[in-house]
Amino acid sequence: MHADPAGVMTGSHFLDGDHACCEGALAAGARFSSGYPITPSTEVVERFSARVPTVGGTFIQMEDELAASITLQGAVWGGAKAFTVTSGPGFSLMMEHIGLAVMTETPCVFVNVQRGGPSTGLPTLPAQGDMMQVRWGSHGDYEIIALCPNSPQESFDLTIKAFNLSEKYRVPVFVMLDEVVGHMTEKVVIPPADQIEVEPRRYTTIPPGEFLAYQPKDDLVPDMPRTGEGYNVHVTGLTHDERGYPDMTPAQQDKLVKRLVDKIRKNADKIILYEEDQVEGADVVVVSYGITSRVAQRAIDLAREKGVKVGKFRLITAWPFPEKKIAEIASKVKALVVAELNLGQMVREVERAVAGKAVVRFVGHAGGSVHRPEDILQAIMEVAR
Amino acid sequence: MTSITPINPVEPFLRTERMPHIWCPGCGIGTSVNSFARALTEANMDLKNVAIVSGIGCTGRVAGYMKLDSFHTTHGRAIPFATGLKLANPKLNVVVYSGDGDLFAIGGNHLIHAARRNVDIKVVCVNNLIYAMTGGQTAPTTPGAVVTSTNPYGTYDPSFNLPYLVEAAGAVYVARWTAFHVRQLARSMQEMFKKKGFSFIEVISPCPTLYQRRNKMGDGLDTMKFYKEVSKIKNGAPTSEVALSKAGEIVVGKFVDREREDYRDLMHDRLTEVLGDQYVEAEACECSI
Repeated sequence: MHADPAGVMTGSHFLDGDHACCEGALAAGARFSSGYPITPSTEVVERFSARVPTVGGTFIQMEDELAASITLQGAVWGGAKAFTVTSGPGFSLMMEHIGLAVMTETPCVFVNVQRGGPSTGLPTLPAQGDMMQVRWGSHGDYEIIALCPNSPQESFDLTIKAFNLSEKYRVPVFVMLDEVVGHMTEKVVIPPADQIEVEPRRYTTIPPGEFLAYQPKDDLVPDMPRTGEGYNVHVTGLTHDERGYPDMTPAQQDKLVKRLVDKIRKNADKIILYEEDQVEGADVVVVSYGITSRVAQRAIDLAREKGVKVGKFRLITAWPFPEKKIAEIASKVKALVVAELNLGQMVREVERAVAGKAVVRFVGHAGGSVHRPEDILQAIMEVAR
Repeated sequence: MTSITPINPVEPFLRTERMPHIWCPGCGIGTSVNSFARALTEANMDLKNVAIVSGIGCTGRVAGYMKLDSFHTTHGRAIPFATGLKLANPKLNVVVYSGDGDLFAIGGNHLIHAARRNVDIKVVCVNNLIYAMTGGQTAPTTPGAVVTSTNPYGTYDPSFNLPYLVEAAGAVYVARWTAFHVRQLARSMQEMFKKKGFSFIEVISPCPTLYQRRNKMGDGLDTMKFYKEVSKIKNGAPTSEVALSKAGEIVVGKFVDREREDYRDLMHDRLTEVLGDQYVEAEACECSI
């Protein structure tokens, strides 16, 4: 299915990553957003609040992020495609509702324009410090999908992707920008609507009375009922059976939570996206994502000039993590250099996948600025020896 | 020979397959649900378009027992969920049904802001003056000198006067009844369905298990007698004068019934004025795709 042309600003534009994200949401069909101002993410909803009344939708500024992160879920059950946007402290406040969206299988998108933390930290400066929080921040066992754009163009493209994945798997999907990608301005090409693939909501065709709200299809994802059509749907954050009714037994807990996890794990190969360059035959592979991949590229270029065989591996989905691919790389190279704007988060996943088969060297700091290419270069040169 | 099965008029509104419910004997929540079901019938509501949203707690379970589109959300956040549901799908009549702790402690901020915006949602608050599901802790509604599990020597925190608070925040309809006043409550609920804008009904309810028992106030039936004795119907009473105490008068009635443009009308008027033809007002924020 293709995008509704009303929301698509076809053409070549000069946009920052936050504005490109907003255009991606509109192109994907988002017609509702509930937000709360927080630097450096606010530009996304500022633009949405200006744009959406002209395409038929609603923006509401809520009283806090607790509200913003559940108002959008009400809107989804009301029939809208919806999202919210935040950063550090606001993201922390949203954790409970990420769990609600997982448990109730509410398709929705959260955008986190990452800044330095913990706490108020560095409101106007970049970090990639929420990569584990996005995976594990809400309580209990679950799986989500998180995408990491490294440019305004990708901020547009991956926001559309995020909506599509959220509808397909009925799971909250996260667009993990960082302050630099959010605020950097570059060329963004928005294609015509008929060239933008949009995933429709998986509404059931089974009539009310016969429909079981949480009976999974072959892909482990149940179809959705429409509210206001007599389905008498019951949606609860409690552990529930296929009717949606609470069932507090260990057996049902195991059955439900395993399915919620498996619908992502068993479809991981279809979901995972990455970019690789000259990984084949490399001695060292640099693993990075988001803005750090742009800096890493410079380091890789410098190392290649010095004759080192360096490959590039860029995570586009941080979650699910491409562990099979990393394990495969680890069996062929001397070392992996992992660069990220934190004190060691995704590097733990890399180490887990590498499982001792290659050296893993971490390059990172606590945020506030992007890496210096020389620091990544130095790590490459050291492990290449 | 034909057998006659008497049908309870409330039964069609319930998910009978989920019975028995979790509420204790003498609890007022079920009584309020009975009034609610009767109000839905008498107001001739199109049940397909009635959605009920609850938070967490004993009253939070109402959504799960009503045979309606029903949403059992997180603690304190029924109102923002309902706000999104209503704004995205305005044809729905959205009712929030939750307890005093859920709506006024953890969810208090959302309640005052929804009232300020005048979002067209109807709020039924069953006020049992205590946190019941978690075992009888002090709530922001617990009056003074009441024994609770977290104030074993009696409460001293000042409590909220709910109608006063909700009126000040901007609600267009405010009423209070007790679990004794089943007919008046059902009539108020019917009136509330007809209002456009943020509407609020407080239902004072016994918690025989945790409030009345601990405070030696008798059982469910004793509490009904108590409500009958101390309740005074004062329609239009100034909400500043309806605060509750442990054993004093309970002022009940309809306190506020006024008109204010609701959130969607305000949005429509402003955007039409400024954007003119460029404003695209959607019937619903549906994903057409």
